[in-house]
Amino acid sequence: MAFAGHLVMVVALAVCLYGIGAALYGARRGRRDWVDSGRRSVYCLAVVLTLAMVILEVAFVRNDFSYTAVAMTSSTTTPLLYRVAAMWSSQEGSLLLWVWLLSIWSSAAIFLTRNRLRDVVPYATSVLLGFGAFFTTLLVFLDSPFGQLSQVPAEGAGLDPLLRNPSMLIHPPMLYSGYTFFSIPFAFAVGALIVRRIDADWIRVTRRFALASWLFLGIGILLGARWSYYELGWGGYWGWDPVENAALMPWLISTAFLHSVMIQEKRGMLKIWNASLVLGASTLAIVGTFLVRSGVLDSIHAFTGGGLGGPFVGLIAVMVAGSVYLVVTRRDVLRSEHSLDSLVSREAVFLLNNIVLVGLCFVIFWGTFFPLISQAVTGTTAHVGPPWFDRYTVPLALVLVLLSGIGPIIAWRRATLANARRNLALPLVAAGAMAVAAYTVVPIGSSVPTVILFCCAMFVLASIGQEFWRGTRARRAISSEAPPLALFSMVRRNRRRYGGYIVHTGIAILFIGVAASSTFQHEKELSLQVGQSARVGAYTMRYVKPTARVVDDPSHTGATLSLGAVLRVTRGGHYVATLRPAADYYPTQPIFGGQVVADLISGDAVQQVALKSSLRRDLWAAIKPLGTTLPATGVAVPEEALVARADASILTSTPQLKQLQYAYEELAAIADAYRRNPPPAGFTLISSPLVMWIWLGGLIVLLGGLIAIWPPPAALRGRIRARYFARVAQELGRA
Amino acid sequence: MTAALAALLVVALVIFVGWALSGPFRARTRERPQQSDERRALESAKEAKYSEIRDNETDYRTGKLSDADFRALDRQLRAEAVEILRAIDELEALSEAAPR
Repeated sequence: MAFAGHLVMVVALAVCLYGIGAALYGARRGRRDWVDSGRRSVYCLAVVLTLAMVILEVAFVRNDFSYTAVAMTSSTTTPLLYRVAAMWSSQEGSLLLWVWLLSIWSSAAIFLTRNRLRDVVPYATSVLLGFGAFFTTLLVFLDSPFGQLSQVPAEGAGLDPLLRNPSMLIHPPMLYSGYTFFSIPFAFAVGALIVRRIDADWIRVTRRFALASWLFLGIGILLGARWSYYELGWGGYWGWDPVENAALMPWLISTAFLHSVMIQEKRGMLKIWNASLVLGASTLAIVGTFLVRSGVLDSIHAFTGGGLGGPFVGLIAVMVAGSVYLVVTRRDVLRSEHSLDSLVSREAVFLLNNIVLVGLCFVIFWGTFFPLISQAVTGTTAHVGPPWFDRYTVPLALVLVLLSGIGPIIAWRRATLANARRNLALPLVAAGAMAVAAYTVVPIGSSVPTVILFCCAMFVLASIGQEFWRGTRARRAISSEAPPLALFSMVRRNRRRYGGYIVHTGIAILFIGVAASSTFQHEKELSLQVGQSARVGAYTMRYVKPTARVVDDPSHTGATLSLGAVLRVTRGGHYVATLRPAADYYPTQPIFGGQVVADLISGDAVQQVALKSSLRRDLWAAIKPLGTTLPATGVAVPEEALVARADASILTSTPQLKQLQYAYEELAAIADAYRRNPPPAGFTLISSPLVMWIWLGGLIVLLGGLIAIWPPPAALRGRIRARYFARVAQELGRA
Repeated sequence: MTAALAALLVVALVIFVGWALSGPFRARTRERPQQSDERRALESAKEAKYSEIRDNETDYRTGKLSDADFRALDRQLRAEAVEILRAIDELEALSEAAPR
């Protein structure tokens, strides 16, 4: 079947090349049938790549270790759900996922625009298939997911235990969906610039796809942060890692675009800026993909053994050069139709927001690529860490949060200072009240930026609350509906506006969580014996008893041995929670002779974090059972002496066929010994406030994004259209 | 058995793709009458202008605009909408006058 997979990929490449040619030929010759054939190529690509995905997934599910990708990233002991996800833990599998998602989203875009932008679509089709051709070329010639091993191993290496987390099942597809969705606004921007048509219809199409990419990428980033918090054992959710930054940069630029495109839509301004933002966001998405795969920067999230850097640099160069050429040569059609009426207007706030967002992106870009820049300039590789990023991003983030509160309460075109003052009164009072409250509760000297952020966030929440209140009141004045119904109708009738406000609310809540958890976190790393306690902030955590389980880890990740602890958490003598952190041990493959029990547990060890989450505070614990290094493997395992003795006994007295069975029995005995006579264990204990607000804020952002992207029902559109048509028709009669 | 299945799969795929993409090589398909891109762009501009009028109203009702500012802006936006409607009418008149 692997060879069939190869052929399917070749067919995919041929479909891309044909589609590019057909669409371009159709566009140049005005032949609709060729353009349609090019469009169908996109659909065909989706079908062909779906088949490739199915072939590879079947190999993973069936543990077909003749495939290199399966043997390197899966095993019989990997649970089924994680075997399915193991496909995208390999370089080649993740590339296939990338291009498959591209084909699916491109098909949706091309289908939805089949009867509009007819001069733009052929070029957009070619660009999308161009991306498809690039990735299928990599998969056919450089890094095939259907590569085979000459000798089929009995067992695979297994999925990296760090990736055996539910977040990782959906994090990569979401992130890649975000990245691939960016290709669509990019393709339509290129098409529109080629045919010199940046009109209202183009904005309508591009904005919706840009919003979809923003939404998917945002979910992907948040899931990645959650994975880091739950799985990596350091208690943080954001480490300014190059790969994390790579996802954040296009997200920031598309946030800027989603705001500034409204100015173009309403005033015909900022066309060059908007075209540049669309082209830039997509290029940054490819830069992110390049960072993950090239190995040029050290990252925990990057694929090792890159080698795809060259082709990606080529693609990025083509995208940058092409974008600059198109914007420069089309500057006549990108000229602004109006200028800013007033500095006190929503346009002005959006402009400032754009400058801050692009500034943030620049800072992150500089910090991310600093190792390469310093290498090129000085010859030595220097890194910048979280303190450097915090120094520059925190002030910009403060301004951004504040602007997200000012924007909604300022009118378009011209807002009088008197009105602005009236609308600002309540949010300013709320921010002031927050400042007073923070001053009495928080040791303000050590956390000024955090307190300022709390005040800004309160300002945002009050301004959005005021907007909802006033909007509902206005709606009730027209319709006499009950308040909840009036609120619902108001949001339903103006999804973009109120969806956007909900997003701002989510962002404010998310930032409160980030600021509180990073400033007021208590953390302790220490070693405890059973019965000993540690004080973490206001909490006391007592090591009550050890736990040990064989082939039955509580997280169902396929660990052979799970050693943990039961911690009792109290506050002021009162019981708060019981935490059960564990360290999971996995087998090493292929099993080599001489160390049967050791082989079962000397793969990667992963800390399974114990968490008691609430709106007020997270109590977080990770355990590292203190063991010694196993000489043969260099891996630290617990109870080394017991393991060595068991292995010696098995190898000298047990027939080879029964060795594995006895090894598990010996492992159970070792686990029992650990329970009865536990050695001290290392613990990381954290008490962190308001972490849940980050995830809640993210969910609110998602809800707001979905409301904003959802098209209004046709009947409602019709009614609104009829009403405004009647009003404008009156005007027409008078003219 | 697996090899035969694989071969069958690939052949079926190639036939499917070939059939789906061979439109231009078969008889020419008849063009469906469709709204022109220019008309569609004007419709989108009209929708955007209506949405702007509505936003202006919402801004007024939620206390962001004074009476005078609202009236001036509303008049201006409706005049812009009238221009778009006129352009749509002219386009329709042109397409009706064009020989079929």
